[in-house]
Parts: sequence; structure tokens; C-alpha cells
Amino acid sequence: FRFVLCTSGDSVKVYSTRTEEWLHSLQGHTNQVTGIALNRANHLQVYSCSADGTVKLWDFIDGILIKTFIIGYPLFAIYVSEKHDGIVFLHIAMDTDSKNECFQLVAVHLPKSAEQEVEAKELSAVSSRISPNPSCTAFGREGQYIAFARHLQLNVYFFRKQKTYSFSLKATDKKGAKNAFTCIACHPADDCIATGHEDGKIRLWRNFIHTKEYTYSTQHWHHNAVNTLCFTPEGTNLLSGGIESVLVQWQYGAGNRKEFLPRLGGSILHVSTSSDGQLFCTSHSDNKITVIESSFKVCGVIQGLVKGDAVLTDLMIDPRSKALVLNGKPGHLQFYSLMRDKHLYNLDIVQQEYIYEAGLDQFEVVKAAFDINGYWLATVEERGQKSSDLEFVLKLWAYDERTQSFVLNTTITAAHTDRIISMCFSSSEETTMLVTTAEDGQFKAWCQGADADTQQDQSFWSCEFVGSYHNLKPTNCSFSADSSLLAVNFQEVITIWSPDTWELLTTLCQPPGVVRDLCFGRLSCSKYLIATTTRNLLCCWNLLTCALEWSTSVEVSKLQPDPLSENVAAFSYQSKHTDLFVFKPSEPRPLFTHKNMCSEKIHRAVFVPREEPLNNCDESSQWLNRSQLYFLTQNMDLLTFSTATEEDRMLSSSKRLVIDDSVAVTPFYLLLGKHRQQQQKLNTPSHPAADKPQQPQGSVTITELLHTPAHVLPAASVLCSMLVSSLLISNTGVRKDPLREMESSEQEMNSEKEEEHSEEEMEACDSQQELRAQGSVDEVTPKLSKAQERELKRIRKTDFSWMTGLIDSKP
Amino acid sequence: MASFKPTKVPFLPKLGEKVTEETLYWKNYKSPVQIKEFGAITKIDFSPLPPHNYAVTASTRIHIYGPHSQEPIRSFTRFRDTAYGGRFRGDGKLLVAGSEEGLIRLFDISGRVALRQFKGHTKAVHMTSFLSDGFRVVSGSDDLSCRVWDVPSAVELSSLTEHTDYIRALAPSKLNPDLFVTGSYDHTVKVFDMRSGSSVMTMQHGHPVECVLLYPSEALLVSTGGRYVKVWDLLKGGQELVSLKNHHKTVTCACLSSVGNKLLTGSLDRHVKVYNSSYKVVHNFDCDASILSMAIAPDDEALAVGMTNGVLSVRHRRHKKDKETLTSRRRRGPSYQVFVKGKNFVPRQDDFLVSKPVKQYLRKYDKQLKSFEVSKALDTALQTWTRTSKPDVTVAVIIELKRRGTLKNALAGRNEESLTKILNFLLKHIFDPRFSRPLLMVGDIVLDLYQQVFHQSPVVERLLQRLMEVLGREAELQQELLQVLGILDTLFTSLTPRKEVLWERCCPMPLSNHCVSVSSVSADVSKI
Repeated sequence: FRFVLCTSGDSVKVYSTRTEEWLHSLQGHTNQVTGIALNRANHLQVYSCSADGTVKLWDFIDGILIKTFIIGYPLFAIYVSEKHDGIVFLHIAMDTDSKNECFQLVAVHLPKSAEQEVEAKELSAVSSRISPNPSCTAFGREGQYIAFARHLQLNVYFFRKQKTYSFSLKATDKKGAKNAFTCIACHPADDCIATGHEDGKIRLWRNFIHTKEYTYSTQHWHHNAVNTLCFTPEGTNLLSGGIESVLVQWQYGAGNRKEFLPRLGGSILHVSTSSDGQLFCTSHSDNKITVIESSFKVCGVIQGLVKGDAVLTDLMIDPRSKALVLNGKPGHLQFYSLMRDKHLYNLDIVQQEYIYEAGLDQFEVVKAAFDINGYWLATVEERGQKSSDLEFVLKLWAYDERTQSFVLNTTITAAHTDRIISMCFSSSEETTMLVTTAEDGQFKAWCQGADADTQQDQSFWSCEFVGSYHNLKPTNCSFSADSSLLAVNFQEVITIWSPDTWELLTTLCQPPGVVRDLCFGRLSCSKYLIATTTRNLLCCWNLLTCALEWSTSVEVSKLQPDPLSENVAAFSYQSKHTDLFVFKPSEPRPLFTHKNMCSEKIHRAVFVPREEPLNNCDESSQWLNRSQLYFLTQNMDLLTFSTATEEDRMLSSSKRLVIDDSVAVTPFYLLLGKHRQQQQKLNTPSHPAADKPQQPQGSVTITELLHTPAHVLPAASVLCSMLVSSLLISNTGVRKDPLREMESSEQEMNSEKEEEHSEEEMEACDSQQELRAQGSVDEVTPKLSKAQERELKRIRKTDFSWMTGLIDSKP
Repeated sequence: MASFKPTKVPFLPKLGEKVTEETLYWKNYKSPVQIKEFGAITKIDFSPLPPHNYAVTASTRIHIYGPHSQEPIRSFTRFRDTAYGGRFRGDGKLLVAGSEEGLIRLFDISGRVALRQFKGHTKAVHMTSFLSDGFRVVSGSDDLSCRVWDVPSAVELSSLTEHTDYIRALAPSKLNPDLFVTGSYDHTVKVFDMRSGSSVMTMQHGHPVECVLLYPSEALLVSTGGRYVKVWDLLKGGQELVSLKNHHKTVTCACLSSVGNKLLTGSLDRHVKVYNSSYKVVHNFDCDASILSMAIAPDDEALAVGMTNGVLSVRHRRHKKDKETLTSRRRRGPSYQVFVKGKNFVPRQDDFLVSKPVKQYLRKYDKQLKSFEVSKALDTALQTWTRTSKPDVTVAVIIELKRRGTLKNALAGRNEESLTKILNFLLKHIFDPRFSRPLLMVGDIVLDLYQQVFHQSPVVERLLQRLMEVLGREAELQQELLQVLGILDTLFTSLTPRKEVLWERCCPMPLSNHCVSVSSVSADVSKI
């Protein structure tokens, strides 16, 4: 039980349960992986099925694809049983049109042959009354029967009798119970089926061998649908989870005795146990896997980028840690390091107990802003958007050097009489000022100042100025680069104020159209003000002459200035695809255009400053020299632009790789891409070689190495030794024992048997590994042989085709 | 995983009143001790010697009370008519008092019979005092004269008839034995010098003077009369430094605190006001009746106030010691030894350390909220102690219940007793701008839930009636306030120079809060 497997997008990821690290992923499927199941005959192997119509058998410890079975239909779930060796049970759609939600369960006999790719055409239908939910099917004791439920009917198919018994419940009873099945689990040693229902009840069915004399007992704790059920391997306990985010452990046969593990995170989607029952594992809706000991203690959390329902706050960059900041857990802001591709921490904004209940209106962080030094953070939390009584709180957080986190400084409960639309900090270094605009027709400036009456050392924020303009509704506000000007737009009119005297300097209202977005130019272009209107105009004013410098007709959905350069990125959404324009305010001609970038509307984007600027001479990619552009689509995919960076320049031949093709799909996409379902199994590696340090095998390419988060890469020591070993191989071709001994001693694995074993294995896949290991260390090797270069090119080609395939496959 | 987050009780500052160090200092008095005298208390004087007994002149008696006794430790009753102005000598051994009949009597503190009697005044003597040498007594009388008496021989030394009305205020100088200040109903304050035998300075107060007071430095003089308190600078030849009008009835008495020389004034409007050094009112004591006399003990240990209804109210200063004893009595945790037990235990090499999880302590209502017992949590929050002394906690629990969407469940199914509790809480706090929004919501829900059964209980019905009345009154008041705001707005707009844009300096928050509560209150009234 050292590994947790979970499906994620088109790959299966392998995590360590001890260190919670991502070891490697099993890549090879070309579409969403829909299910995984351990091979009962060999504990080191796992079956995975995908919507691309293949079942693949993997060695998950080394990440090697052993076999591919081509079924030919999109597959939606996979089940295996000990008794039925060489047979897998699959969910396939009845019709080719998968929207029909008509599925059938088929048994597939997997042909035994030595080939890598095998076509398995021997399908035999078991039943067609199958729910689309994969957790509604389960194997009974020793594979004697299979139970599956759909809507209100529970079916049990006995393999020996070749017969299906079905039991049905009424849709509702007098008490308003909703009896539809949501999940099923079968007792491993007893003839008992546990079913979860939509209203939170759990029923234990017994004596179902006789259709007439079946009985069931009902237990009710969950207040909403039971998402998942799982028996422990010995069958002593039943685990259940739902939206409440409480893992409940029911004692089997002890009536109502239960234990709880509350507040695990998002709602629980899946529970699984390791084969010896020592570890439980839950997966949550907020992109998280929790590893739990059998004593009901959490011992590990694997957390990805928290995926909320929507990113209400803008994408922001914490100026201190350069981390991406956006909505995380409900009521929290998450800090996510893009450099290391790692979730850093959650900042609790709301500071209230979150009630996991469907349909409950909770406080959500809707706005957030950092000041230029990253010393202050302003947040707005809101509740009751739907109902009439809107509640919102403006909070200001100061960075505490000692605790290295933000500490609440001021809470303003009634900052405005209506919803706050936007806010921004002044950009000057000396005085920090916050401006908020609200639907009540006012904008307010907030300043930090000591309250004379309370005589306290700490200084709190208070209102300094309230401004309004003809009772119009202000929407956007922006400070100029030196904070000497504040622009606030009131519907069609842009007003320019002086923050020092609070004087209205000028108003700009040509040409007509409600202003949608507003920003000042930076650096040499700081005299320009850019605004987009609903009438599809992008206007640029020169503030020295207060005249319109230029305007162009383009429908802009998001305007994003780069804080480190003059450039401004504008995302335009027209006829169902998004175009990107990058321009300097001083010139009406765009620096860079990328048509038809993606098919969704983009409304969040951010420039992330690079740690060290590139000096790229290519004109079309110069704008990416100082910072990188990240943007979020409506489908919650986070994408980025990468340029011909160092690794591209290494290959002089790869100049044809213009940026247009390199809309890279980062591991972010993979993390975010697991929209539908996750399945995981804990595995019991009985093989001693399991402890061997993981070599980067499979499709390890340069780009991938660079795109792979640092924390999931092998340790630097391993990489180093690999580098050394690759050099050795090129000289001798055979690894030497002392080296590997050193390696294994580094990983604290030092039994002799292991060594022998790993040696054998090493030789077996030596040829394969060699090239790949070299590929992964290429970036640190200054000189390359021609063969290596050719290999790299090959990998590069395949790699990009894989990515473009992904982009195309998106709806 | 993450532990339960307890309910946050928001800190909401009370509008209007600001807490300063001064108010904290003056609030630090215990609740007053009331002693009933036989008539209106015209004079209170603290003995300069510890234990600082004080003499209270009321009706025909002078009582001397110890610092903490409620019974007089000594009383002088040999007056045939009303006694006035009992005052101690600087050494605290002698006491002098005038009377309605014009006789001035001198008592030994330990004796009972008057040691001396000074005869000469033809009308009532309201003010008597020792000069600072201790051998002479000065007196001011209704016969317009001011006389100085020799104590050993009981002979009148001089008589000064410069005032043209009753003399009702007198203050001897402590630094110079020949100086004293008098105040009279002829609206003047005069400074007399015995060496010249006449007044050396005259100040026009403008109202009948009730009390005069010299600062310890004797550079400043305070006179009270009418609704005014005036401070004069003697070094500048009697120039008026400041004129204060904080009372709305005649100011009858004034005294100086010994810590920081803060001025206190008492008035017939039943208030004692405390001023800071820049003569801003920093604190206010309320009394039951019109105040005639007041005195403060050295080190501000006690404040004694005498009123027209003959009640003497004494406030004693609260000390830290008292507080400590109070708290230590209330809570007795486990003994010290329990906490230190095993503190210095050092684990040996092979020991396996089992760390004890830090226990999270939750309030009772939080525990109940944690286990989703909403009705019980509301009951806990509505307990008498919480309800009365910490209404913000109660309201915080109500808000939390509302956030959880279970406020209706918590309010449902209550009996008459608990419903009365809720309605009383509403009655008391529904206008507090801090609480009005959630409480109006509670009111709505209660009305919705129980409208079928209200008539079954006369108690609840009466409370609802009251709630409706009070809400109606509040709505009217708010409407008037809005009208005033409207008037002010027009004034402001006419005052500011015409500009294209309307803008004003940061409108203070309370105003906007009021507007909110107005709309909600009126909405509620229409509902009822």
C-alpha cells in the first residue's frame, strides 16, 4: 500500500502514500481515462479503460505499458473479479450516441497473446439495465454474483445460475424519502449488499438469493445522497461518504454503531481501502485525495490546484511569493506556486465554519487585491447574491513577517450600501490607498491611519473620501503608474481624479458606449489610458492632451496590462473563438496577434513576472520576455503561452516552432482537466523491487521534464546520479554495481535481494531506459551527440502531436 | 482535519460614545452607597487627615461619617435652626458651621458641645471657613457682610460689606492666610485681602454665584452660577479664561479632583460632569435628584454627592485588589500542581513519545452548533447572563444560525416562557443599530411562526403590542431624522460653491447606518 492510483484526464497518476508525492503517471490513452482496476492475478498490474476504446494493462510501479486491448467502443467503467480470470467487465454505451445514457455491462475475454496490441472482440452482454454511474455496480462474495442498480431497481446476476434477480423500491414513500440508488458495495465474505440512496439512507440487503424472501435493514445518517460505499477487506466495517465531507465508518452487524471523521474538505466522491485494510483513501470534489489510517486519523493529503465552481476573484500574483492567487476552498484564497507547480497554502478569509449542505448560501470571496509590495491584501466576501438581503464584508490583511502569512487588520462591515464592483490599490510605494467602487453610485477611498481616540499603536483603515458623479454607477477604477491619477468610470463617462486633493480633473466621454474595462499604460506609455466599451471599441486617450489618440473596433472581453512592460493584452471573443492581441498603447498596431486561440470566452488573465527575463530577439515573442501570460477559460482550464525558450534555442532546427503552435497544455490543464470522475485503488506491492527509486521512464521528454512540477520530479540527487550514469552508459554501456549501491543506499533501501532483483530488471529494460534517461538529462548536458539530437527531435514531434490532439479534442 | 471554527462575535463599536482613558478612570467607581439624611444636604467636606472622614451638613445636624461606614460616627445636633457650611480646619481637629439664626459655632471633632460661638451676623450664615493659618474663621452671610473672627478670643476682627446681595460662596486661600474669595448673588466674585481690609479684585460672573473654587496653584479661580461655570485667571488680573455651559440648570457646586486637578461640577439638573484639562466634558455621573453639594476625597478615593431629597450618595473607587478577589472567588481551576506535573520530564532515548492533541475549548453554544443542535444553541445564547451582559454574543449566535439556514428551526416549537424571553430581548435591543438587522429578521420569523397561536397567551400578546408601539415610535423618529438630514443637505448644497460635480467630505458612517435601519424598520412596521 505504498501507492495511490488515480485517473486524471488522459493519464493515471501514481502517488506515494507515505510522502504524498506524485511519482509518475501512466500515459498512453488518447482520451479521458474512465476507470481503473487492479489485476487480481498480478498485484503489480492495473487495468485502465478509457473513452478512446482501449483497455490497457500497466505495471504501475515502473510505469510500463504491458498490453493494450482494443475494444473499439468508448468505455465508461471497468470491473474485475478474482474468479473470472482473464475477463474484464466493462460499461459501454448501448448506442453510439453516448448522450442517450443507455449503458450495458459487457464481459470481455481478454485474449492471451504476446503482442503489445491485441484486439479483443469477444464481447458478451451481461445486462443492459445499467446506471451510468460506475459506483452502481459491484461484485459480490468471491465473484459469485454481480450487483448493479439503476434508478429504483437493484439487480443481482448470479453467474452460476445465469440468472438475474431484481428488487425494486418505490420512488417515494409517505415521508418523502427519495429511494433512487446512488452506489453499491458488496460484503466480501457475507451475502450482503449495501446500497446508498439519494436521501442519504443506507440499506443492507440480505437473503437476496430468493427473490421473494429478501430482507433489508435501513440506516440513516447522511442528510444528502450517499456518494460512495466501501467495505473494508475483512468486511468488519462499512465506509460511506457524501456531500457532508464526513467519512462515516459503520460497524458491520453492530446496528447503529458508527464513527465519524468530519471536515475532510470538499464532498467525498470515492472511498477505497487497501487490501489489508490498513489505509483508507478518499477523493474529494476539490481536487484532493486524503489518506486515512484505519485508526481514523488523517495521515496524508494530496492536494492539487483547488478547483472551485468559479473563479470569482481575478487571477492575481502575490508580489512576495510570486504565487498565483485565486479562489480555493470555499471561503479561502489559495496560493499556488506556478514555478514549482505546487499548492502552497490556503488563506482563510471568511473564518467561519463551512456547512457542507447542498443549496446553502455561503460566504464566498468575490474580490481580492494586493498592493504593490504585497504587504496588504484586500478581500471582499459576499453572501446572498440570489436573495434580496446581500451581506458583504471588506477585509484588509497585513502581511506578518514573523508568521509569514497574512493577518486580519481591519474588517469593514458596511463599506458601501450596495455590492462592491471593483477595487484597486494605489501603485505608489509610499502611501497605500484602496479605492472601491460599488453599485450604490459611490466610490470610496480608504486609507490607513491611526485612530486618535483609541490611542492604539496599530493603525487601521478608514474611509478618506467618498466620490460620486451624477449618481451614475461606477464600474471600474484604476490608478496610474505613479498613483498621481485615479480613473473611475461611471457607465459612459471616465472621470480622472487627483488622489492628493480629491479634485475632479477631467472627464472623458468620447466616443459613446458603456465602459467595460479600463487601464493605464505603464512605463513609457503611462500617459495613455485604455478603455474598452460595450460598443466594441478599444480606445486610447492621451492624458496630456485629454484627447483620443486612437481607437479601433474590436470586441474585447478582457484587457490585461503587463506590470513590467508597456504591453497590454486584449482578449477578443468573436464568432465563437477567442483572439489575442498584444499591443503597446503608444501604437495602434498590435505587436502580436494570435487568431483562433481557443473556443471559449476568456475573462480572467494575468501576467506572471519571470524570475529572470529572457532576451528573446524574435519580434513576435518579445512581449513574453519579462512575464508570462496565463489565462483562464470558461471551462476553468488554465492555459499559458510559452515561447521558444531555452530548450527551443538548443535545437537550431526547431525554429519553425513559432509561438502560434505552442499554446502548451501544462500539467495545470491535466490537474484541472479531471472534471468527471476519479477512481483510485490502493495497491499492494508484494514485489520487493517496489522500493526501488523510480526512474523517469515512459514518455519522459524535455518539455515534459520542464513542465513537470518540481516536487514530483525525482530528487536532485537521483537526477544527478542519472546524469552520471548516462555518461557512464555512453562509455561502457553497462552500469556498475557500486553506483547503484550508492543509489539505493541513498533511498535507504539496502537489502541484497532487492539489489539482485533490480539488476535483473534494469537489464531487461536497459535499452529502453537508456535513451530516455539521456533525454531527460539533455538540458544539463551542454554537448549532444547527433544520435541524441535525432532522438530529441523525434520525441519533440510526437510530443507536440499529442498536445495538439488534446487541444482538438476539447469541445 | 481542520478543527471546528467557533462562532465569531464581531466587535462592533458603540456609536456616539468613545472610550478614553478618562472615561475608564471615572467609570472605575463602585455603584453608589445611598445614605438618607433628614433634609437637603447643603455641604459636604472631607477631613484633610486620614482616614478622611467627611462632614455632611443637612437640616439641623452635622454628621461625620467614616470612609466606609454608613452610620455616622459622630453627629453635632446642638443647632436650633438649619445648619450650614460645616467645614474642617486644615488639621482636621476643628469644625466650623454657620446656621440659619446667624450664629457661627466651632466644634472640637471629639467633643459634642460647641467650643466657641461667634455672634454678630444678623441673618443666616451659609458659608464659613477657616483661614489657612487656622486661627481665624471667615464667614459669609445673607446680611451682605463678610466677617473674620479670631478663634481663641471669639472676637470679630473685621467686617466687610462690599457685596450687595447674599453671600453664598466662599473660598479661603491655602497659600496666603490673609486672602479669601467670596461669591455673591449680586453676580460678582470678589477677592479680599485682610491686610488691606478690602476687596482687591472683582469679577463679574453675570449670574448669582453659587460656588467659588481656587485651584491649588491659586492662579485659577472657578466660579459657578446660573448654568455657567467660569474660570478666571487671577494672575492676569481676573481675566475670564473660559466659560462653560454644559449643564441645563443652575450649577450649584464644584470641586477639583486631587489626581490631575480635574474639575467636577454638580447641578440641579442631576448631573455631575467631569472636565479634562482643556475643559471638555469627559465623563458624566447621573444622580436621582438635584445636586446641592459635592466633595471628592483626597486621591479620588470617594465621591460624595448631596441632593435636595436628603440622600447622600457616596461612590467608592474600585481597586484592582477587589477585582482580583472577585474573580478568584468566581473561578477556581485545578491547583498549580496539576499543571506543573510532569513538566520537567525528559524522555529517555528509547521512549516513544505520544503527543497529546491540543484540546480545543469551545463555548457551550459552539459545542451545540457543532453538533447541529440549533434550538439548544439559541437557548444557551439566550441565557439570562449572556442576554443581559453580552447581547452581542446572542446576536452573533442568531446571525450564525441564519447563515446556516436554520434560524427558523431554532425559533420554532417554543413555549410561552422562552418566547417571552426572545420577545423581551427584541424589545430591548431592536433599535440598537448594531443589532437591528438580525433582530428584525428574528421578529419576522417569530410573527410568521406563531401568528396562529399568539392570542392563546396574553403575556406574549402584550409584548407584541409593546413591540409594535415601540417600532412605530422608532419609525417616526427615524422619519424625522431623515427630514433633518434633508434640511441639512439643502443647507450644505447652498453653502458649497457651485461646482459641476457633487461631492462631500466623507459622510460619517452612522448616518448611512441610520438610513438602512430606517428603511428596514418602516418595512417591518408595515408588515405588523
